Amino acid sequence: MEEIRDVVLEYVKKEYMEDQDEELTYDTALISGGYVDSFSMVSLKRFLETKYKISLPDDKATPQAFDTVNNIVKLVQEFLNK
Amino acid sequence: MHNIGSYEDRLKQNSWQLSEQELGYKPGDNINIGWYCSDRICQMGKGDKLALKWEGIGGKEKNYTYNDVRQLSNSIGNFLRQLGIQPGERVCLFMDRIPELYIGFVGILKTGAIAQPLFSAFGDESLLVRLENAETAAILTQKKHVGKVRKILDKLPHLRHIIVVDDAGKSALQDREVAFNMDESARIDNFDIYPTTAESPSVLHYTSGTTGMPKGVKHVHYALISIYLTAKWVLDLHEKDIYWCTADPGWVTGTSYGIVAPWALGVTQCVNDIGFSADAWYSFIQKHKITVWYSAPTAIRSLMKAGEEVVKQYDLSSLRHLASVGEPLNAEAVIWGEKVYGLKFHDSYWQTETGSIMISNYPGMKIKPGSMGKPFPGISGVVVDTETYELITEVGKVGLIGFKPGWPSMMRTYWNNEETYQKKFVNGWYIPGDRAYIDQDGYFWFVGRDDDIINTGGHLVSPFEVESALLEHPAVAESAVVAKPDFVNMEVVKAFVTLKPGYEASEELDLDIMNFIRKKLSPLAMPQEIEFVPNLPKTRSGKIMRRVLKAQEWGEEIGDISTLEDD
Repeated sequence: MEEIRDVVLEYVKKEYMEDQDEELTYDTALISGGYVDSFSMVSLKRFLETKYKISLPDDKATPQAFDTVNNIVKLVQEFLNK
Repeated sequence: MHNIGSYEDRLKQNSWQLSEQELGYKPGDNINIGWYCSDRICQMGKGDKLALKWEGIGGKEKNYTYNDVRQLSNSIGNFLRQLGIQPGERVCLFMDRIPELYIGFVGILKTGAIAQPLFSAFGDESLLVRLENAETAAILTQKKHVGKVRKILDKLPHLRHIIVVDDAGKSALQDREVAFNMDESARIDNFDIYPTTAESPSVLHYTSGTTGMPKGVKHVHYALISIYLTAKWVLDLHEKDIYWCTADPGWVTGTSYGIVAPWALGVTQCVNDIGFSADAWYSFIQKHKITVWYSAPTAIRSLMKAGEEVVKQYDLSSLRHLASVGEPLNAEAVIWGEKVYGLKFHDSYWQTETGSIMISNYPGMKIKPGSMGKPFPGISGVVVDTETYELITEVGKVGLIGFKPGWPSMMRTYWNNEETYQKKFVNGWYIPGDRAYIDQDGYFWFVGRDDDIINTGGHLVSPFEVESALLEHPAVAESAVVAKPDFVNMEVVKAFVTLKPGYEASEELDLDIMNFIRKKLSPLAMPQEIEFVPNLPKTRSGKIMRRVLKAQEWGEEIGDISTLEDD
């Protein structure tokens, strides 16, 4: 879990944070905080599917499920265990 | 009582003359939108009234009275003038929805310069083509976005000043950069506002074209006459309203109805600079007791997806009038709005080039869910034949929407592109490029675009621009970009791609291309789906037939393919 958390955190920081000096935590609100918009969420979903060889159904890939790194990790784990 | 009163009675009046009278404007007078949005309201005795209630990420809040807006826009104007910015020069606003964007817009107009707002999520390529075309002289931006400007700076010889509004001194400023902290700047009480007149240019908004690069739509200060009255009658703004326009000022709704309209009417407006979530939006409405809410179909459909249960957790009883713009609002969304909020969304139709609302549903008038409504009093709106451009009088027959030119906020030209501008006028009508029909009661019903432009979440994306950017990816040989249907955004970008020798389709490549476009152009332009294909449908002369691919996506008849190249 630790590893997934850090991989996702680093990816979000590298790909979506315009200000690299800004602090990003596992609980930073990514979608509702305005760091990742709904259009970009599609590319983040694609990253997770590619990286972890899973398929995330659209009805599970909600703004809430993607709103923090911790939420994303929960979602990924749910599908890794299936 | 609604501001508009009887729609039929308003049709008998001269709307624009009425608007001029209410604004105290006479032909030949000076007219400066910046003055109308701040100084005039203060002169009316409302200097202490809140103009802007702002909320940012992490719960940050800031409030500005009309007197604050007046003085701080003076400070920004003065700063620009000291930098040597001249009337008529273009000053870009490239910021998130922070107070400096709203007040900066007013300040730029006060100097006589032209405000050029650009969506802050634009990537460096999108930014470059727009700044290059406008020969922009200065850009107001944030530390988080300055990197994109630095990346393209050597291609922008006209850009003399990069004004960083939130530099805290942590990072060193570079070539042509200067810091300006609005809240800490010396407040200027008296500023010599440039005496702009009706036809002086005010705002330059960029919009996507099907076959060319983005076009700069030039508006003038006289546009205020349209914006003021449409906001008063369509949005029904009253003195005590708390107004929320969810549009970003990088797009025309965000300036016409997210800055100019509420402030010219002296109304308190709320702005949030946070991302979308149903909880965050409902909480914002509840907290600020929003009364008038102008939003977009994409947001409304996203709220529909979030469901009814979340609505019940908030007190939204302050809401009294809802309106929508961006793309057609489907009937289901209107019906759902009434069910969960007890209010119907009033759909409105207009575009960057028209500068203000042209067709709308009005307070007090019967709403036919899914209809665009009727032309604004003072606007002559029709449907014309797609081939002959002759007026269609037959009820229900589909044609192109047309407007009789001459309303106050009509664009005056495309920047450096008068030829394309002239082509928008045919047989005495301005043709926005949308198809519709009119029913027996005079209501307009949207049918679709008449070109390949993609309307995603209310924003226009040019397939040409995305295809051009795709060609810069090392793996892409050819591409065709079309609209794909989407429940929330109405349409999203889909790309069909053929690969260069040596490259193979894979999930990794798919993601790489997505991110390439997102960073280069914008998240809106990023293909939400990429389909790798061995070849693309082309005419015998080699032109890619987007319509064949689009028809496939929409499950429509492909139509005439007699010119299709044989494989």
